Formats: sequence, structure tokens, C-alpha cells
Amino acid sequence: MSSNLRNILLFAAMGALLIAVGVVQSANVALAILNLCLISAIMTLGVNIQWGYAGLFNAGVMGFAALGGLAAVLVSFPPVPEAWAVGGSRAMLGVVTGAVSIVLAIIAFKKVPGSRRVRGWAAAGIALAGIILMRFILDPAVEAIEAVEPARTGFLGGLGLPIVFSWIAGGAFAALAAWGIGKIALGLRSDYLAIATLGISEIIIYFLKNEDWLARGVKNVNGLPRPVPYEIELQKTLWVQELAAQFDFSVIELSSIIVKLSYAGLFIVVLAIVFWLSERALKSPWGRMMRAIRDNEVAASAMGKDVTWRHLQVFVLGSAVIGLAGAMLTTLDGIFTPASYQPLRFTFLIWVMVIVGGSGNNLGSILGGFVIWFFWIEAEPIGLALIEFLTSGMAVDSALRMHLIENAAHTRLATMGVVLLLVLRFSPRGLIPERGK
Amino acid sequence: MTDIVNALVLLANFVLVPGLAYGSQLALGALGVTMIYAVLRFSNFAHGETMSFGAMITILATWWLQEKGITFGVLPTALLALPVGIIATVAMCLMFDRIVYRYYRREKANPVTYLIVSVGILFVLSGLVRFIIGPQDRVFADGERFIMKARAFKQMTGLDQGLAIKTTQGVTVVTAVVIVALIFWFLNRTRTGKSMRAYSDNEDLALLSGINPAKVVAITWVITGALAAIAGTLYGLDKGYKPFTYLGLVLPIFASAIVGGVGNPLGAIAGGFVVAFSELLLTFAYKRVIAYLTPGDWIPEGLVQLLSTDYKLAVSFVILVIVLLVKPTGMFSGKTL
Amino acid sequence: MSFLKGEGLYGGYGGADILHGCDIGVDKGEVAVVVGPNGAGKSTAMKGLFGLLDLRQGSVELDGRDISHLPPQERVTLGMGFVPQNANVFTSMTVEENLEMGAFIRQDDFRPTMEQVFSLFPVLGQKRAQPAGELSGGQRQQVAVGRALMTQPSVLMLDEPTAGVSPIVMDELFDRIIEIAKTGIAILMVEQNARQALEIADRGFVLVQGQNRYTDTGQALLADPEVRKSFLGG
Repeated sequence: MSSNLRNILLFAAMGALLIAVGVVQSANVALAILNLCLISAIMTLGVNIQWGYAGLFNAGVMGFAALGGLAAVLVSFPPVPEAWAVGGSRAMLGVVTGAVSIVLAIIAFKKVPGSRRVRGWAAAGIALAGIILMRFILDPAVEAIEAVEPARTGFLGGLGLPIVFSWIAGGAFAALAAWGIGKIALGLRSDYLAIATLGISEIIIYFLKNEDWLARGVKNVNGLPRPVPYEIELQKTLWVQELAAQFDFSVIELSSIIVKLSYAGLFIVVLAIVFWLSERALKSPWGRMMRAIRDNEVAASAMGKDVTWRHLQVFVLGSAVIGLAGAMLTTLDGIFTPASYQPLRFTFLIWVMVIVGGSGNNLGSILGGFVIWFFWIEAEPIGLALIEFLTSGMAVDSALRMHLIENAAHTRLATMGVVLLLVLRFSPRGLIPERGK
Repeated sequence: MTDIVNALVLLANFVLVPGLAYGSQLALGALGVTMIYAVLRFSNFAHGETMSFGAMITILATWWLQEKGITFGVLPTALLALPVGIIATVAMCLMFDRIVYRYYRREKANPVTYLIVSVGILFVLSGLVRFIIGPQDRVFADGERFIMKARAFKQMTGLDQGLAIKTTQGVTVVTAVVIVALIFWFLNRTRTGKSMRAYSDNEDLALLSGINPAKVVAITWVITGALAAIAGTLYGLDKGYKPFTYLGLVLPIFASAIVGGVGNPLGAIAGGFVVAFSELLLTFAYKRVIAYLTPGDWIPEGLVQLLSTDYKLAVSFVILVIVLLVKPTGMFSGKTL
Repeated sequence: MSFLKGEGLYGGYGGADILHGCDIGVDKGEVAVVVGPNGAGKSTAMKGLFGLLDLRQGSVELDGRDISHLPPQERVTLGMGFVPQNANVFTSMTVEENLEMGAFIRQDDFRPTMEQVFSLFPVLGQKRAQPAGELSGGQRQQVAVGRALMTQPSVLMLDEPTAGVSPIVMDELFDRIIEIAKTGIAILMVEQNARQALEIADRGFVLVQGQNRYTDTGQALLADPEVRKSFLGG
């Protein structure tokens, strides 16, 4: 069987699964899964650029996704004038002070004459002084901002622009963060890089959870504007009502389907663009060199390739794609919840997608994103049905049966683990293996 | 003079005692991570979940004992149940080594592959634990709650400040001391322990000396599993058991292991306390301490806190990142097991 | 009929063969030395004899028994000791612990053997509690040899024991090696310092491209003008 035919069959099977859900459960459920499959696929493409192309283990996926989510808030939410009035300029000054002191610390570390130790202490001293000064400027502003209608706003708000712009901004935020992180962490050994990126992204999420003036922290930002119409408005339009009557849907259900389809349309466009660009990059001389570096770093650097610089490029690009997907996710949810960025869901699950799909292959990454997200959601009803079936012999009120049914949802974690272990062991190159290897 | 004593008691109550307990828990966890790293040479992301698994089995055994009416007097019943947790965790570790890790050892897989494999096991274990015991909070500490109550301390000493020591904190520290002493005795005094160090130091030479790698690996898992079960149970006793928190423990544990120098047991213990005390010292509000230490009735206006308590866990991540960037080999570099 | 003997050895590290049918042997109480230019396969031959790499062809016999297919650990129990060229001590462990690890397979009391090693290398006795990683290069080599002696081997194989040590230390080490041979142990070593090594050798093997070019007693090889010209720098 040619690899093309095989790929088509794999994707067709995936489509059939989604359609099956549409028939068995409902079209809404199927579309909800599809939309998150699309976002997962984009995130997976981002991780694949880093891991598949260059062999960089980024365990900080959740941090970059969260930065994308932050971008969605800061771009789309209307500004809060009262908050700006009471502390906006002072807060900005504080942020600038912090940024300047970091830059100064870096300059000190690079330019001050003396040993590494002296420069290190000088940089640390400047950074500490800068943080104290920043806190001194920022703290009163923060207090004032957070006091503005804390139940509804209590933060500076955003720019009030259409939320679609935030997708680009999310990519930019993540790219910027990745540049900083890459600068300091990419020299580390592979497993230390994983631990360091995991640690840094935890810090990012801690920051988002606790700096309420920026995006309300754990109070979440609700009601972000949408790039697509609202169900309520659709339900009022004539064509929706007619269409519903024609296909024997309820108006409410149909409006929700239309909204989800519109999201899906937008996401498919983005996915197609990212995929096309990734493929172009992979097949270009740049992509070939990345893979050469991945397969033999020593030889590549002996040939005069600047490995660190290449790694930085690929790290920034991949993270930008993750940030983009993160912004899209927050757009879809309409709510930004910093506490939801758990490593299990946003780092390790994405990794399962990449590995299962086939690291190094963009099509594989997309398929992996689809398959794993599908089963991540559907493992719950399937597991429940399975357990209900297996325990059907027991008494209805048997404690064991109740316990099993109650906790059936958790089997999906174990399922993911088993799938990952099985793929690693028996098909380490994934569902769609890397070409030319 | 009393003021100084009061200030010290205040620090002891809010920093020293909790720091010793938390530091012991981290140290035991980091010791497990470091053992795996030293012998099997990979960073085990599943260690937090291994601890969770051990604590879960111990809790189940505790419930069983309590049902039978067996308790441990003033001490938590969980200590009686702990051996069951240890045995189950060790068995689980050995099983995973046999059906998962051994294959990659034979393939001579690189450390990243091991790391991804350990993520797979992390998923399996976290699902298993939640499936068996559920995701809820479980408080399973029984027996006497306090070794020393704040009010009793005040009455005893006549000081303004009280010093409270929870039984779980005392149990944690004592257990940790005993376990660490046992581990060091094993590594430095027994032939098997020395062969583990030899294998960790120079695998090829260990083979030439007739040391059986399969045995070394098995013993490493036995020790790691036991350490994980103990650390997980102590943490759960002290702070309440919730499966979710154990994944979050992985990073502070890695931080502890790396701060001390991965692969170095002494470093893991030192690292555990460095991380624990940094968290507490950086987020402690020094207001009342300063009030005691300065003459007169002056009291500082703010809380005099370097970082808000919200950032407590973030401290360990910052330490982790700084150590990785500045000195990835840790404080005690160049020494392994 | 040598005590340890490899015949018609072919093999390498998975790629092209490095050994092309070389023969090496040593008898008890003898010092045999393998010399030759870089890349001749000297170390490879040693590893082949010890089972550290898979031989494609040829046989290895110890005391008349075919051991070609035994793993290195079993060869250790049969009385073979090996001192690798690099990383040949446990750097984080004390001298005494290194020796103890050398005796790992022994179930009997190894204290007397350790005392013998200390009397052979007195400096190790003085530094017995010091980590081997803190010792000088020459002392480390002594630890490495001592570790291999702890199994009371009948054959001791040394891969370039004098690499990186000063000439004085080298002479000292060679003296000790002769001493060890006198106790009835067969010694087989690979050496870069060909001339000095052949001077103490009962048997010498000059390997070139994985084959024996010259095989004779050490003295005879030293006297052979061809050997002198090509391999000993005139």
C-alpha cells in the first residue's frame, strides 16, 4: 500500500469516527470535538517543528498556550477607562522599569569587565534593585486597578480590537517569550531542557494566575468578543429559522451548529496555512539542515553550522505556532482561565499527540492531534459504557459498581499512557512516519 | 531579651518547623529521583505519581486497619499501614521496569526516550490512582494531632508567641532521618550498596568486575519505590492527600535533586531543605519579627514580605531554573552515588 | 600451547573488520606485549580476547577450554582480569572500595589479596581511604591494576597501562608488572611505548592492519633491524 493511500485511509477513518459521533451522540458534540481537534492539531504542529525537525524537547507547551490566551484577552477585551485612570500610567511605568532593569542586568552580565562571578553578581544586583524599584512603582497602581469594580473588571482591560488579531498577537507573545527562554535554556542537555521549560512555563502560569491587574488572575476573564455570530442573534434571523424547519432541527441546535461550523471554517483556514508553511519549511534547505543538525549535532557544528542559532530559530517558530493555537483556544472558549493550563493536559497530552501521530511528519502531527483529542474526549463515554457493561452483572447499588462508574472518567488518563507506551514500543515512528528516514 | 526569644519562636513556628517537615518530604522524593538518575540515567517524570500511588495504597490499608479497629495510639495509623504501601509500590516499580523500561535498556535508548516513556507511565499511574481512590481530598491522619500545642507552649514558657508542632511534622522528620541514615548505611557499608555506587560511577568497569546490572537495577527500583511510598505518605499525612497535588510536586522535587547535583544523594537531601526553606523564607511576612527586634513599639507598615504567598511554589521553579542556567551540575558537582 | 590463546581473530565494532586473522597468546608467568602502529587493532584484539566485542571468526581458548562465546563476566570468573585503557577506576569511590569492587565475585575472604596489592603498591595502602578520582595518573593506574588483581586472576590483560604517565612512573609500573608475572600470572598488554615494553616482554606481537607482522621473543624483536626501522624509530 502506498503511503499516500495509507494516509488518506487514516484520515478517512478519523473522519468516519467524527461522523459516527455526530450520528450516535449529536452533531453538536461532533463539531465541538472537531474544533478542539483542529486547535490540537495546530499545537501539535508547533511542537513537531521543535521536536520533529530539531529534536528539542519543549515541556513548556502550556506556558506558550497560556500566553496565547493572554493575547486574546489583551487584544479583544475593551479597555477599562476607570482602571487606566487610577493606575494605568503608573502600572506601565512599573512594567517599563522592570523591563529596563532586566535589559540593564543582561548588559551588565555581557559588558562589565571581570570574571563570570563578578558579572553574575553585578547582574543579579541590578535585577534585584530593579525588582524592588518596580514593586515600589507598580504596587500602588496594582492596588488601585484591582479595586475598580473587582467583581467585573479590576484590570486594565485590552485594546478592544477584533479577537482574530489576537491570534497573531498570541504567536508574537509566545515567540517573544520563546526567544528569551531559548536564549538562556537551549544550551542545556535534552532532559534538562525539558525540566527547565516546564519550570519556566509554570512560572508564566503562576504569574498569570496572580497578577490580577493584567488579566484578572484566577478570577478569569469572561465574555471575550467572538469572531463569529452569537447563537441568540442567529436564532432571530429568518434564514436560520427556515433552514431549521427544512431539516427538522430545533432552532437552538441549528444556531449552535452554525456557530461551531463558522469556528471550524476559521480554524481550518489557519491549520491549512500553518501546515503549508511548515511543509515548505521542512522541504527547504533550512528544513534539511535542521534535520541534519538533529541527527548529528556534532557533525553539523563541525561543518560550520551555527547550531545554537538554528535551535533558537526553530524554538521561536514552534512556540509561536503554539501561542497562535493558544489564542485560538481562548477565542473558542470565550473565557481565559489561567488555572486551566495544567501540564498533563497542555504539555504531556500534546506530546502524546506528536509521538502517536509520527514525530517529524506534519501530516502525522495533524492526525495525532485529531486521534488523541478524539479519544481524550470519547474515552469518557466509551469507558463509562464499557464499565457499565462489565459490571452489568452486579447489583445496581453495589458499592464497587457505583465506585467504578463514578471514576470511569479517569480511565482516559491511563488509556493515554498505555497508548503512548504501546506506540513508543511497537511503532516508535508513529502513525505516519517521517519521510525519507 | 524576651523580645528576641519571641522573634525566634515566631520564626521557628512559621519557618523552621514547617520547613523541616516539607524539606524532609522533598528530600525523600529527591532521593528517589536521584537514585534513578544515578543508576538508570534518566529524569523520571513519573516519580510524583509513584509517590501518589504509594500514598494511595497506604491510605487504603489505613482504612482497612481502622475498620478492624486497629490504631497506633497517639501516632497515625498510616505508619502501621505504610509497609503495605511500600511493598505495593516496589512491586509496581519492578513490574513497570520489567514490562517497559527493560526493553529500552536493552535498546540503549537515549535519555529523552526514557523521559517520554516516563511520561507514559505518569499518565497510566495518574489514571490508575484517580480510578481507584478518586480525585477528592483525603485526610487520613489520626491519633494525637499535636506534639506541642501553641497554647501549651505559651503557658510553659510564658512567652507571647506559641510554638506548635504537629504530630505529622514530627513523624515526617523522624522518619526521614531514619530512612536517610539507612540509605547511607546501605550505600556506604554494604557490598550491594557499594556495587550500586560502582555501577553508577562506571558502568563498564562494574561489568568487568562481575557486578550484575540486572540486580543493581532491581535494587534501585526497590529503594526508589520504597522512598516514593514513604515520601508520598508523609506528604499526604502532613498536607492531606489529593492525587492532583502530586504532579505539582515533581518540579520542586526535581529542583531539590538538581540544586544538590543530580545523582548525588547527599545533594538531594541538602537540595530538599534549600528549596523548602527558600520557599518559606521568601514568602514569610517579617512584620512581627521586625516589630519584636526593633526597640520601642514601632511596627512596620506593610507585611514586609519579599514575595506574596501566592508565589510560594513558584520559588522552587525559579530556583530550579536558576540552578539549571548557572550551575547545572548543582552544589555538589562531580560526585555521584 | 599457550594458556590464553586467540587464533585467527576477525572482527570489529559492527562496521568493517579491524582484525584480519591475528593470533595472540600468552603463557603463565610470561609477559606478552602487543605493539604496532595506531589503528593496527591492538586494543581491538584485547577486547576480542575478553569478549567485549563480537568476533566474527576465530576462537579464544583459556587453559585449553574454548571460551569464544562466553560473556566477559564469565571470563572474569574463569580467572581473566582486564584493565581498560580509559575510565579504569571508580573515581568516586575510595581506593579500598575500588579493590573491594574488584573482588565482587569472590565469596571468600579477600583481605589477604588486598594486603598483597598494598604490598605491591605501597602508596595505595597509604591512600586507601582516598577517592580514586583524587589520585595522580600513575597512582590511578596502580588502583586499576590492583582492582583487576583482586579476583586473583590467572591472566591479566592491560590496555596501554602507561598511557599518559611519566617515564619514571612507567618504569616503576613495568617493574611491578614483572613482579606480578613472577607470581605465575600470565600478562598480556598493549603498549604504545614499544621499545620499553618489548624489553620486559617474553613474547612480542607486532600487529599491522589487524594481522601479525612479526611474532617473536621481546629481545629478538628488539634485535630485528626490520622491526627497529619500521616500528621502534630506528
